[in-house]
Amino acid sequence: MAEYETHDFDVVIIGAGGAGLRAAIEAQSMGLRTALVCKSLLGKAHTVMAEGGVAAALGNVQAEDNWKVHFRDTMRGGKMLNNWRMAQLHAQESPDRVRELEDWGALFDRTKDGLILQRDFGGHRFARLAHVGDRTGLELIRTLQQKAVAAGIEVFMELKVLRLLHDAEGTVSGLVGYWRPSGEFVTFTAKAVVMATGGIGKSWMYTSNSWESTGDGHAMSLWAGADLIDMECVQFHPTGMVWPLSVRGILVTEGVRGDGGVLRNSEGNRFMFDYIPPMFTDETADSEDEADRWYNDHTAGRRPPELLPRDEVARSINSEVKAGRGSPHGGVFLDIATRRTPEDIRRRLPSMYHQFKELAGVDITAEAMEVGPTCHYVMGGVRVDADSTATTVAGLFAAGEVAGGMHGSNRLGGNSLSDLLVFGRRAGIGAAEFASGRSGSPTLDEGQIEAAIAAAIAPFEREGGENPYDIQQDLQETMQSLVGIIRTRSELEEALGKIEALEERASRVSLSGGLRYNPGWNLNTDLPSMLTISRCTAMGALNRKESRGGHTRNDYPKPEAEMGKVNFVERIPDPDAAAIGVGGTPSVRSITVTPEPIPVMPDDLRALFEEAS
Amino acid sequence: MAEEIIRSTAEGEVTMRLWRGDETGGEFAEYVMPAQEGEVVLDVIHRVQATEAPDLACRWNCKAGKCGSCSAEINGRPALMCMTRMDTLPPGETVTVAPMRAFPILRDLVTDVSYNYEVAKRIPPFNPRDKTADEEQAGGYRMQQIDVERSQEFRKCIECYLCQDVCHVIRDHEENKTAFAGPRFFARSAELEMHPLDVNDRRELLQQEQGLGKCNITKCCTEVCPEHIKITDNAIIPLKERVVDASYDPVAWLGRKILRRRKRTPAEAVADAPATGPAAVQPEVEVHGIPSTEDADDAMVGAWAVDAVPADDDVPAE
Repeated sequence: MAEYETHDFDVVIIGAGGAGLRAAIEAQSMGLRTALVCKSLLGKAHTVMAEGGVAAALGNVQAEDNWKVHFRDTMRGGKMLNNWRMAQLHAQESPDRVRELEDWGALFDRTKDGLILQRDFGGHRFARLAHVGDRTGLELIRTLQQKAVAAGIEVFMELKVLRLLHDAEGTVSGLVGYWRPSGEFVTFTAKAVVMATGGIGKSWMYTSNSWESTGDGHAMSLWAGADLIDMECVQFHPTGMVWPLSVRGILVTEGVRGDGGVLRNSEGNRFMFDYIPPMFTDETADSEDEADRWYNDHTAGRRPPELLPRDEVARSINSEVKAGRGSPHGGVFLDIATRRTPEDIRRRLPSMYHQFKELAGVDITAEAMEVGPTCHYVMGGVRVDADSTATTVAGLFAAGEVAGGMHGSNRLGGNSLSDLLVFGRRAGIGAAEFASGRSGSPTLDEGQIEAAIAAAIAPFEREGGENPYDIQQDLQETMQSLVGIIRTRSELEEALGKIEALEERASRVSLSGGLRYNPGWNLNTDLPSMLTISRCTAMGALNRKESRGGHTRNDYPKPEAEMGKVNFVERIPDPDAAAIGVGGTPSVRSITVTPEPIPVMPDDLRALFEEAS
Repeated sequence: MAEEIIRSTAEGEVTMRLWRGDETGGEFAEYVMPAQEGEVVLDVIHRVQATEAPDLACRWNCKAGKCGSCSAEINGRPALMCMTRMDTLPPGETVTVAPMRAFPILRDLVTDVSYNYEVAKRIPPFNPRDKTADEEQAGGYRMQQIDVERSQEFRKCIECYLCQDVCHVIRDHEENKTAFAGPRFFARSAELEMHPLDVNDRRELLQQEQGLGKCNITKCCTEVCPEHIKITDNAIIPLKERVVDASYDPVAWLGRKILRRRKRTPAEAVADAPATGPAAVQPEVEVHGIPSTEDADDAMVGAWAVDAVPADDDVPAE
C-alpha cells in the first residue's frame, strides 16, 4: 500500500496560468471550496511569456471596432475551422474581461484621453490589443494572482498531477499526483475538475514554450475518455530568436511588427509583399509606400503585409530561408532600428531590447534582429461545449490553450490572453454549477490510485535502463524534423513509427536519486503526456490531407473545401481496457482518429462574412 | 520537408562547481562540460542534468528572464541562471553555482521560497475608488500615462526574490523574517500606494509590522534586480518619507482629511487583507507547496562562505 495524503474540494483547477487563475477566482466567488494546483510556483506559468497584448474590441483607439469585426477577424484568421460559438462568445465578452482586470489593479498603457491604449497586431482589422509595453502576460498573471491571493484561494504549488480519477460511471472523482519538492504522493477528491494546463510545445526542439508545456491536460483528458480535436493545428510563431543556439525559439513579440518593424531577406527586400494570399489582397498594401503611410494614419493606406496572420508570415519566412535568402543563422531579418527612434523602441519594446542585448549581444535600436519560426501554440485541444467549457467526460471542464476549437487552424496574436479570461471565467462557472449539482464527496477508487503511484515509481526499481533526457531529446528531434512547419505523408508515417519506438524505450527508463525534487524523475512523469500528444499531432496531420492555417502539407498544398468542414477527433475508445503504454497510461497505439462535422454557423453570423466580401 | 537540426560546435570545456545537498548538509560537486557558443549558465546546468546528474535539482521555467524561477548565486553573486551568459564570467575559471542563501534549502540549487508567498498574503490588497459618472459611461477608469508609469515600474517585478536573497536584514538573520516584508514587498506596497486608483493606506502596517524602518538603504536589492527596478530610490525611500509624513506632519494629516481622495485608515485597510502581520489573527489562508524545513542552512553556510556576496562593508556607502 502506497502512502498518500488526501484533500477534499468541490472544484479542483489544474494549472495556474491565466485560465486556471480566472477559473479559480470565479468558482471561489460562487462559494465553492476551490483548489488551484500547479506544476511550478504560483505566478511562473507560461502566461507570463505573453508579450504583445490582449485582444478586445474596446474601441478606445478606433471607435468603429466592435465584437462582430473581432469575430470575423478571428474566424478568418482560423481559416473558418473555428468553433463559431466560442469565437462569438470570445469576441463579445473580452472587453468586459479586460476592464475587469483594471478593476482588480492592472495598469495598462493609456490613450491620450486616459483610457486603455490598444495596439495593432497581425490579422486584427483595428488596433485592438490592450497592453503594457511588451509584458502584457506578466501584468495579466500578476493581477489574477494577487486577486486569487486576496480571495483566499488555496494554492498547491509545485504539484504534478499524474492522472484523473473517475467513479464507476466514468464521472470525474478527483486526481492523483505528487509534490515535486518532497516526492510525496497526494490525492484530491473533486466534484468537478477544470483542465487549464496550457500547451504542448516542449515536444519540439525549438519552442517558445517553457518546460511545463508537456501537454499534461490534453493527455490526461484523453486518458480519461475525453475527445481531442484538430491536434495537427500547431502554430509556429514567425518570429523566434535564432541565435545563439541556446536561445533559439525564444519569442520575439509580434508587437515589433505592430509598432513598425519590417521583415527583410538577405538581399534587403521586404519579401512579405511577395506572399500576400488572395484572401487578404483587398485589405493589404501592395507597395512599401502605402504600407508605411498606414503606420501613421490607418486611413491613408492598407495594412502592411508584415501584419498578415501568423501562419502566412511563418510560411513566408520558411520559404525565403529555403530559397537561400536567409540570414547567417537560418532566419530572416526583423528590422525596427531603421524605422523608429532608439527612445521609442526602448519605451515600447523594453523586454525585447533587454532580451536581445543580454542574450544575443544585439542592440535592436541599432541593428536588425535575426528571427525564424518557433513552435508556439496548439490550436487543437480538448473538445468542449462553448458555453460551459464541459468536455465529453462528465465533471471535466477545460479552458485556455488546452481547449480546442476557439482558434480554428490558426490563432491571431492577442486572442490567447482574451481566450484565457473569457473561457477561464466560463470554466469556473461551468465547474461550480456541475459541482453544486452533485451531492456528497466522491469516493476515490484505491485501485486507480495505487496503479498510478506504482507506475510512477517503477523506474527506481530498474537498473541500466534508458535515460529520460535521451528520450525527450529524440522526441524533440523527431517532432522538429518530421512534424514541423511543413509536413508530408512519408515523414509523418516515419514520425509515428519513431514515437511508438520511443514509447517502448520510455517503458525501460531507470532512475536513481530518490523522489525529492528530482528533475529526472519529474521529466519521466511528463514523458507519457509528451508521447501521447506527439502521436495525436502526427496522426491528425497525416489525416488532414490539405493545408490550412498552422497545418501545412507539402503533398496537399491547398485548403480543401471538404476538409474545412470537419474536425479530426482523437480519442481512446475504452481507456480502462486499453493496452498499457508508459507510466501506467494507455498506449499511444490505442488512440483513434475520426473526421466529424464542425458545428454549423447560423445564418446571421454567416452574413457577416458575405457583407465583408 | 524534414527540417535540419542545427548543432552547436564545441569550443573547449567549462568546469561547473555546483552545490549538491539538502537541509542536512552537502558539498560542491564538479562537472566538466563541453563549452558552446552563446550559452547561459542554465544551459550548462541542463546539460549536466541530461548527461551526468539527472537528479540535479534546479528550478526554472521560461529561460528568457521573464518568470523569475532560476535565481541562484553565481560566483557569489545573486543572479538569474537564464540571463547570465557564460562568456560574461571570467574565462577559463571554474563557475560556482550555489542556491540562494536567504532561504532554506530543499535540494541542490532549489530553495524553499514560501516565506515570500506568506508575506504576499499580508499586504492589504488593491482597493479602487469608485468610477465617476463619466468613467461609467466610457466603460473604464481614466488615468494618464504619466500617472500609471510610477506603479508600472514595480509591476515589472518577476518575483525572482533575488532582492530578498541579498537583503542584509534577512540574509543572515532568519529571526527577522517574522517582522520584515523585504524589498520585493516594499516595492509591492509602493506600487499600491502610488496606484492612481487605490484608496487603502498601508503606511502604519509598513512601519509597525513589515519592518520598513529596518531597511538601511544599502541598495543591494536594486543592484541585483534583473528588471532594473530602482527599488531603493523609487519604492523604499518614498515609502519611508510617506510613513514619516503620516506620523509627524500635522499639515499632511489635515490635508488627508480634506482631500477629495480619502485614504482608508490602516484598520480599514487591514480588514481587506486575507491575512495581516504576524501578530494579527485573520482567516487562515494556506499556500501549500514547499514543505517547511527547519534549521536549513546551518550545515552549509560555512561550506561556501568564501563565495558569499559582499558583506555590508563592501557595499558602496550612500
